[in-house]
Amino acid sequence: MERRDFLARSSGATAVALAAATGLPSAHAQTAVVNAAGWNKVAFDSKTLADAAKAMGATAAPTESKELLLRAPEIAENGNVVRIGAQSNIAGTTQIAFVVEKNPSALAASFDVPAGTDANVETNIKMAQSSNVYALAKAGDKFYYAVKEVKVTLGGCGG
Amino acid sequence: MSDPMRIRAQAQGDKTTVRVLVAHEMESGQRKDAAGKTVPAWFIQSISAVHKGKTVMNAQWGTAVSKNPYMQFVFKGGVAGDKVAVSWVDNRGEKRTDEAVIA
Repeated sequence: MERRDFLARSSGATAVALAAATGLPSAHAQTAVVNAAGWNKVAFDSKTLADAAKAMGATAAPTESKELLLRAPEIAENGNVVRIGAQSNIAGTTQIAFVVEKNPSALAASFDVPAGTDANVETNIKMAQSSNVYALAKAGDKFYYAVKEVKVTLGGCGG
Repeated sequence: MSDPMRIRAQAQGDKTTVRVLVAHEMESGQRKDAAGKTVPAWFIQSISAVHKGKTVMNAQWGTAVSKNPYMQFVFKGGVAGDKVAVSWVDNRGEKRTDEAVIA
């Protein structure tokens, strides 16, 4: 098969199957491989806060912290777009993640905080239904969380 | 080819606030089309920002990030005129990089 042909037909898993079937060198297959480098599949497949933390390298259950501030609305009218943010005042915070308890995949997003960047991020997420939303922060080898319940009037998954 | 990102970077004091709006479907893999078939997941998995060769933000996203994603972060340093480059990669291997000048 011509390379151009192959590229034109590539999309998601089909491309992987095609690449395998045609025995293309892996360098070609990589452009279509499903997961980006460094994407933590296990963490994004997890269903609970504890599992997500574990997949992100936690050795103990995360503890609640008042130094971690979660910004989330009390009521979200549209579950497709829920603005959430978190600020960690815990020294040495290197990662902030958002976990939605009742979403099909609990972990929504995770942000690495390099030295020189504030441990303060904001993003938009989808919520399937009313649920507890957690901010999860990593400092040193410990994990901390803050939680807030967000009521969703109109779900943002399926439908 | 995907649409460009909208990036606004604003320096205030010794900090720069960066707001990024990405044009992407962020298909969750949960939705069904009119024929009842599940629409396969299609979403940005990795997004990062670089200022003067230094990575100032690196995030991993799952399917729960909203369509046309938004993110905001603040880093130290950066003066008006500097460039901030933001790049993303999705689960189909598509990528895009856009640059903005700090205001």
